[in-house]
Amino acid sequence: MTACREANSTHPEFNAEDKLWDAPLDLSALTLTVIKAYSEGSAENKDQEKDGFAFVKKSCLHCIDPSCVSVCPVSAMTKDPALGIVSYNPNNCIGCRYCVAACPFGVPRFEYDKTIARLRKCEMCKQRQADGKIPACAEICPTGATLFGQVTALRAEAERRHQLTAGKLAFFPRRTVDSRDTQERPSPHYNAKTYGLIEVGGTQVCYLAGVPFDKLGLPVLPEKSFVSTSETIQHTVYKGMIAPALLFGCLLFAVRRHGNHNKNEDK
Amino acid sequence: MNGEILTGVERNSAQSRRAFLKFCAGVAATLGLPAEAEAAIVQTLGAGHRPAVIWLHFADCTGCTESMLVSEHPALDKLILELVSLDYHETLFAGSGYQAEVMRKASMAANKGKYLLVVEGAIPAGDGGIYCKIGGQTAIELLNECAKDAAAVIALGSCASWGGVPSTQPNPTGCVGVNEIWKGPVVNIPGCPPNPYNFLSTVIHYITYGRLPDLDHQVRPKFAYSRLIHENCERRPHFDNGRFAGQFGDAGHRSGWCLYKLGCKGPETYANCPSVLFGDAGGGCWPVGTGHPCIGCTEKGIGFEKPIHALAELKFVTSPAFYPRIVEEQGKGVGVASVAVLAGGVGVAVGASIAMAKNLGNGHKSENLPNDNSEDESEDPPDCEE
Repeated sequence: MTACREANSTHPEFNAEDKLWDAPLDLSALTLTVIKAYSEGSAENKDQEKDGFAFVKKSCLHCIDPSCVSVCPVSAMTKDPALGIVSYNPNNCIGCRYCVAACPFGVPRFEYDKTIARLRKCEMCKQRQADGKIPACAEICPTGATLFGQVTALRAEAERRHQLTAGKLAFFPRRTVDSRDTQERPSPHYNAKTYGLIEVGGTQVCYLAGVPFDKLGLPVLPEKSFVSTSETIQHTVYKGMIAPALLFGCLLFAVRRHGNHNKNEDK
Repeated sequence: MNGEILTGVERNSAQSRRAFLKFCAGVAATLGLPAEAEAAIVQTLGAGHRPAVIWLHFADCTGCTESMLVSEHPALDKLILELVSLDYHETLFAGSGYQAEVMRKASMAANKGKYLLVVEGAIPAGDGGIYCKIGGQTAIELLNECAKDAAAVIALGSCASWGGVPSTQPNPTGCVGVNEIWKGPVVNIPGCPPNPYNFLSTVIHYITYGRLPDLDHQVRPKFAYSRLIHENCERRPHFDNGRFAGQFGDAGHRSGWCLYKLGCKGPETYANCPSVLFGDAGGGCWPVGTGHPCIGCTEKGIGFEKPIHALAELKFVTSPAFYPRIVEEQGKGVGVASVAVLAGGVGVAVGASIAMAKNLGNGHKSENLPNDNSEDESEDPPDCEE
């Protein structure tokens, strides 16, 4: 979070009277990533559903088929064809906030308090990546809880971890999936599934956890992306402008017929 | 009366009155005792009650003794000649062989139930304890014999406390800590080596008050082992801000950043190292202060068990109060004022619509009255026609 603030020049967000601690409650126009805590019962055991606790990092999941890009009427939201980053161009934005409404994860946040407002969301430190660096959150994470890498490599790593026997010592990379900066530790117990492989057509960010994902605020979503459904309907309806042309024809016919009748009556 | 005692101290020892008072104040401060305690310590130590101490060595490296030897507050000569009567200590006694053993037995008999037993080193318990014999007796026999009549048993160092280095796998000699063998009360002062102040303060607390200081669940004195190193570490702000040394000698390491990524065990080790530092080595001198991660030497199951580079498990992250919950309620809810404004608005709207509805009806009527109710045919909208 601190590294994210530095990399993206966001200001700390205070939520207590004393204004001492940077303590955002959720993602916001000031906070592009936030660590949230799950706790249940006595909250004694890490990554357990019962009487346990767990942390989850919230930020943009960079969907493979992103709703925010689909709904944007002016292509202010774009998906980078090479890196897949869902990024935002304030110069194109008209401030309609369709993306805010469309995102199934509630990621894009609008600067409601500003006169000339922008939308803020994680853009996977694209400015850092342009310099050949990795996103700040993955760079700073001391334990390797946040990892950066190619989507295929990340998914392979998730698969490798599912194969590990819980409790046995194993090596875990830090910063990037293929880094040589590893640490040895007993492998934890993971959920049977990886989140982000199929949800809304797949996301570029994937999650491994020991607590059910819906408890961590990751919603249960259909496999089919909302975009494909809505765009299929739209594209079918408007295909070759046949349906609109037909509708227009019908209306024209009705109006003409009605008009003729009136004329007749007048005569 | 204090004056007399102090003159006595000055006359009987090489210690100046000033140095002696400073030492007593230091001990009281280490123990976290109130201001009057210093006077009590002066009284007791000055009166010349020197308790007998029997110091046994088993499977150890004598590092605990060495760290006591270099301690300067007080210097060891002052400790053993003026504060305690060290009757048996293998590294320090002048006699040897039978002579030494006879001294031990004589002291034990003379101070029965009153002497302090300090044990340094683990006890090799494998194969009947044959791996460590002194004067023909195994470590187990010696410990049981000496502990039986001791006023208190102090296990000094990690080896004596829970096995330490000699007990790491594969542990062929079956080394264990003192309380595995001696089932009576034991005080553990772990550390590799432990800070001499922690030991001296425990001894002086005993001499002064006639009882041992409060102990935690691992029978370690609470004044020294109740705080997590991580919570009091001078590098903690770097941890909170995500500034970590990535490897030895990199920019972060040279800038004095947090050593967590290098495997610092501060987050799971209880000791007072950040405040009393290491041994008596001088200002800023303790592992983390000099740029080496804490290895967790005072913590059973951490020191010598976990590799030095392995990441520590964070304690106290379990309190999730500081982190936002998964679903965080935001906003302040509905206030009285907003309810009033809303209710007013709704009221006005309802009133207006009722009035309007009434007017609509009236308008209709007034419009239709002169037409003599003949509107039923002529009122048909034109587009309804067949």
